[in-house]
Amino acid sequence: MTTAVATDIREFVQRKHRVSELEDSTDIFALGFINSLFAMQLVLFLENRFGIRIPNDELVLDNLRTVTAMTGLVERQLATVTRSAP
Amino acid sequence: MTTTGTSPADLTAFHRLARDELAPLAAEMDAEERVSRAVLARLTETRLWGALLPAEAGGLDLDMRGFAVLHEEIGRACSSLRSLLVAHSIVAWAIRRWGCAEQVSSWSAPLASGRLLGGFCLTEPDAGSDAAALTATATPTEDGWVLDGHKTWITGGAIAGLFLVFARAPRGVSAFLVAAGTPGLRVIPRTGLLGVRASMPADLELDACPLRPEALLGPEGFGMPTVMMSALDIGRLSVAAGCVGILQACLDASLDHAANRRHGDRMLGDHQLVRRMIANMATDTAAARLLCGEAARLQDAADPGAIAATWRAKYFASTAATRAAADAVQLHGAAGCTATSVPARCYRDAKIMEIIEGSTEIQQLVIAHEAYGERR
Repeated sequence: MTTAVATDIREFVQRKHRVSELEDSTDIFALGFINSLFAMQLVLFLENRFGIRIPNDELVLDNLRTVTAMTGLVERQLATVTRSAP
Repeated sequence: MTTTGTSPADLTAFHRLARDELAPLAAEMDAEERVSRAVLARLTETRLWGALLPAEAGGLDLDMRGFAVLHEEIGRACSSLRSLLVAHSIVAWAIRRWGCAEQVSSWSAPLASGRLLGGFCLTEPDAGSDAAALTATATPTEDGWVLDGHKTWITGGAIAGLFLVFARAPRGVSAFLVAAGTPGLRVIPRTGLLGVRASMPADLELDACPLRPEALLGPEGFGMPTVMMSALDIGRLSVAAGCVGILQACLDASLDHAANRRHGDRMLGDHQLVRRMIANMATDTAAARLLCGEAARLQDAADPGAIAATWRAKYFASTAATRAAADAVQLHGAAGCTATSVPARCYRDAKIMEIIEGSTEIQQLVIAHEAYGERR
């Protein structure tokens, strides 16, 4: 699961910023990728692609800083959905 | 966020309301720079204040495609009313999308019924297109927050009962719900605008306004990419759809005038240069409507591409509306230069549409930036 989620996120960031290589641990803020617009696109992408709703207390910059951080964010929400399923 | 969608009966009702009840009052509202209580009450009866709120709160629960059609119809009749409706709707929607259960429970029903009108407070004297430059502050206290600052050009501010205010908190820009009557809040109505003259704007002065902790809406410090951007996206769709309405109103008025005005031994509409104007208006109207439909469809799908699609729709529709309104005034001649004529009002209103919710120049920059980013 982690690999598939990370791959989707990595490909989205790469496509949006036209970079061919991106390490999962790379700080995308440091690369200058993050602004309000891209942060909103990221939230929309994560919620839409993985069928989750990110709660307000998880919407912090550190959760969007790297592919690894975003993967962790998605998996926490997916686990919440799984736990609350009948 | 799932909605119940929009029925064909809804769309017909929107059209009839706008054409038969609102459009005949538009010139009077424009002249008086206010919307009458009777019209505000009619919007309550038709549940339009709750367009984006769920049925259990008394709303219509429209999807964005239905919302765009509604705002085209209202914009065709009266841009001031559309402006009031969207300012209110994005506050209501932001609470639905980003609010906690208590906030949703407290505010949704009064907003849906129109007992309470919303005002969206982002712009400041030195922070318009550059929203990141805003200087209003939110200082944490033992009891919650204290807000200070100055907001300007707040659509509907003169009659709003609940303001969604963006301010700089220690962790970054955040959104706050501020009720009218809060100590330290002063509302100063503005008049004399070029267009959307009946949208009852106001400036807000916030002088040590005390707020409870639950006034914070959405994530603290992350209000720009969430509450602000998502609300503006809907606002931009409304402006784009409203501009389709302006385009259609200009086309309708121009066709009527061209068919009925004699010029020498021919009717005005028989002149080829007049037909060129009509052709441009008709084509721009159809193209703008398609762009709005695409943006609304992507917003309904929560597609990340919705943001750029909405920019394109707003950019095209607002600039096309300005062109069409200028042509409509020209085509009407002296009759288009009176204060109460439809082309004259459309001309003034269309220009405002090129400035609000991201100016034409800002739209050009972001659309080009996105195009470079999407190039493979």
